[in-house]
Amino acid sequence: MNSVRPALVGRGRRARRARPIGRFLLLLILFASICTANGNPVIIGSKKFTESYVLGEIAKRTLMDPGIPAEHRQGMGGTIILWQALRGGQIDVYPEYAGTITQEILKSDRSLSLDQIRESLAKFGVGMTEPLGFNNTYALVMRHSEAQRLGVRTISDLRRYPQLKIGLTHEFLDRQDGWWPLRERYALPQQNVIGIDHALGYAALANGSIDIKDAYSTDAKIEQNDLVVLEDDLQFFPKYEAVFLFRLSIRGDAIAALRRLEGTLDERRMIRLNAEAERTKNYTRAADLYFNRGAASANSVGDSFPQKLARWTLRHLQLAGFSLLLSVIFGIPLGIIASRGGPIGQLIIGFASVVQTIPSLALLALLVPLPFFGISVRTAIAALFLYGLLPIVRNTATGLQDIPRSLRESAVALGLSPFVRLWEIYLPMASRSILSGIKTSAVINVGTATLAALIGAGGLGEPILSGLNLNDHVTILEGAIPAAVLALFVQWFFDLLDRVLIPKGLRL
Amino acid sequence: MSALIRLTDVSKRYGDAAALLPTNLDIERGKTTVLIGPSGCGKSTLLRLIIHLIEPDSGSITFDGEPISTDNIDALRRRIGYVIQEGGLFPHLTARANVLLMTRHVGKSQEEMHGRLLELCELTRFSDQLLPRYPVELSGGQRQRVSLMRALMLSPQLLLLDEPLGALDPLVRAALQKDLKKIFARLQQTVLFVTHDLAEAIYFGDKIVLMNEGRIVQKGSVTDLREKPAEPFVLEFINAQRGVVLT
Repeated sequence: MNSVRPALVGRGRRARRARPIGRFLLLLILFASICTANGNPVIIGSKKFTESYVLGEIAKRTLMDPGIPAEHRQGMGGTIILWQALRGGQIDVYPEYAGTITQEILKSDRSLSLDQIRESLAKFGVGMTEPLGFNNTYALVMRHSEAQRLGVRTISDLRRYPQLKIGLTHEFLDRQDGWWPLRERYALPQQNVIGIDHALGYAALANGSIDIKDAYSTDAKIEQNDLVVLEDDLQFFPKYEAVFLFRLSIRGDAIAALRRLEGTLDERRMIRLNAEAERTKNYTRAADLYFNRGAASANSVGDSFPQKLARWTLRHLQLAGFSLLLSVIFGIPLGIIASRGGPIGQLIIGFASVVQTIPSLALLALLVPLPFFGISVRTAIAALFLYGLLPIVRNTATGLQDIPRSLRESAVALGLSPFVRLWEIYLPMASRSILSGIKTSAVINVGTATLAALIGAGGLGEPILSGLNLNDHVTILEGAIPAAVLALFVQWFFDLLDRVLIPKGLRL
Repeated sequence: MSALIRLTDVSKRYGDAAALLPTNLDIERGKTTVLIGPSGCGKSTLLRLIIHLIEPDSGSITFDGEPISTDNIDALRRRIGYVIQEGGLFPHLTARANVLLMTRHVGKSQEEMHGRLLELCELTRFSDQLLPRYPVELSGGQRQRVSLMRALMLSPQLLLLDEPLGALDPLVRAALQKDLKKIFARLQQTVLFVTHDLAEAIYFGDKIVLMNEGRIVQKGSVTDLREKPAEPFVLEFINAQRGVVLT
C-alpha cells in the first residue's frame, strides 16, 4: 500500500500569525508558514493498510461526485485511534469491519447481529451502513511451497509443527479475536512468536525469517507472494463484513451517498482493487476502478512527484517551523528563569529533560487521547514543541550563567534597570549560546517531524511510512532524502542567522 | 563641607568569614582617597558596598547625606562612576556604544552627548577614530580609557576605581597613572581608588586608608603611615614594598 496522496489535515484551521518579538522571531515566523483555511468538508479516515485506504478513496469519490466536499486522511492508525477520532469528531466517516466493531469497539464476547451492532453504536452517535458486500476476515497464511512440503492445510494442522516461527502484526497480537484466543482454541504449541509490521511481515515470510503470519482474506499480497490461507476449520474468526461507520450528525446527503455503496463490492472485486492499489501505488486510481469509468475524474488525478514533494516539504516545514516558534517563545523566558537557579530553575530544567527522554512515538501516543489534541496537526506540533524546549531552555540558561560576574556587576553598577540589563546586555551576550540551542531544536524537529505522519499530520514522513508499509525502498527514499536535505538546509539557514543575529563584537 | 560618602558601623560577612568588620569612614569631596591593603583585606568589599552590589549586614552608608538603599540606588548609581580591573566593557557593543549606553536612559539629547563624548576623548587622550571599535579590537590601556569615559559620561559626583590599572603592563600603567591624576585634578573629582600597590597609592592618594583582615588599620598621609604607624602591620606592609617606595 502506498500513501501517495498525503493525509489532508487542518479542518477549519485559521491562518495563524504570531506577534513579532524582536527581529528574530519575525524570521522564524517566515519559517513557520501559514496554514490555509478550509470549508467544512466531510472528513474520511482510514486505517493503515491498503484496503482501508482504497475504501476511504471510494467514499471520498462517492461524496465528491454529487458535490459534497470531502477530505480523506489516509492511514491514521489502528481501530482504536480511528474510533476515538470518529467519536471525538476529528473524522466523520471511516471504513470498518463488523467483527472488529463487535470485538474491539463494543467489547462483546458473543457475536452480534448487524441490527444489534447498529443499536449499540447509535448510543455513541454513530451510524453504520449495510455491508458493502465482502467479508475480509483474518486468516493465517504461509508459503505455498512450505505448506505443501509439510502437508498443512488447516490451522489445526499447525499443532504438528511446534518449531514453526510466527510473525504477527501488533494489532493481531492484542486483539480479543486475535492470537491468544486463537492459540487457546486450536491449542497451538508454537513458542516462537514475534510482533512485526504488516508489510515487513510479507518480506520476512518471503525470506524465511518467519513461516506464518496473519493476513486479511482479501489481501492482494496473498496471490502476489504465492501464499496459502490456512483453513479456519474450527470457525474461530468472526465474520468481518466491511461497512462504513459515520457520525449521525453529518449531512443527510452524505449518508445517503455512502448508503449507495452497500452491497456493491464482492471479495473478488475488492482483491482486484487492492492489487491495483499495490501495483500502481495509487489509491485514487484503484478507487476509480470501482467506479468503472475510463477517465479519471478531475480531483483524482495523481499529483506529479514535484507537486507531492512540494506539498510534503511545505507541510514538514509548517510542522517543524511552527513548533520551533513555540519552543522559542516559551523556551527563552523559561531559560531566563532557569538561569537564576534555585528550585524553580531546577524544576524547569528537570521538566524539559524528562520530556526529552520520552520516546517521540510514545509522546505522540500519550497526547492523542487528550482533549483538544487527538489525531491532528495540533498534536504533532505540541509534541515537537515539547521536544524543542530542552535545548533552548538549557542553552539560554547556561548562556546567561556564563556571563562573567564582573560584566554583570558593571551593568548593575551603571544603574541600568533590570529589563534593560537583560534585553540590551545579557541576552545579546548569550545570543551565541541561545541560537545554537535553537539550531539544535530545529534540526531535531525537522528529523522528528517525520513521525507526524503516524497521526495523519503529513509531511515528509508520509512517503517514509508508506514505503515502510509497502516495503518499497524508492518510496521511503522519496521522503528520507528530502528530509535529510531539509535538515542540512536548516543547519545552513541557522548558520546564516548566526551572522545576522550574533552581535559583531562577539564574533571577532 | 561634609563628607560625600559616610560609612557608619558598616559590616559584611560571607557565611562565617567576616569580610568587613564594623567600619566608619568618610570620603571627602574633591579628594582622592586610596584604599590599600593585601588581598582579601576587605577593600573591594567596601567599594562594592558603596555601589550596593552587596548589601551591608549592619550599619548605614549615606551618599551626599542620603542613606543608600535598594529604593534609591539606581538613581544614585547614575551619580557614581565605576571602573573595574578588567574594564567591564560589554563585548557586543562598540567603544562608543559602551560609553553612551546610559545616556539613552537618562534622556539627554544626541548633540549634547556627542559633544560630551568628544570632550571625554580629549580628556582621556583616546582617539575618536577608535570609537567604532569593539572592546576586543582595543588594547588593555585603550579599554581602560573607554571604561573611564563611560564612568565619567554623566559627570558623576563620585568615581569608584577598583584596581583599574592592575592588569596593565608597566609602561602603559605609568602613562595612564599620569593621565588619571591630571584628569582628577582638572575635574576636581571625588575619587575612591582601590589598589594593592603602595607606590600607586602614594602617587594618587590625598588620603591613604590602609586595611587588613576586614578592618581599617590606619588613615592618613604616607608620612603619617611611615612615621606614626598605628601598629606593627603598617610598617610590615610598607617595608614589604620598600623597593618601590624609595624610588
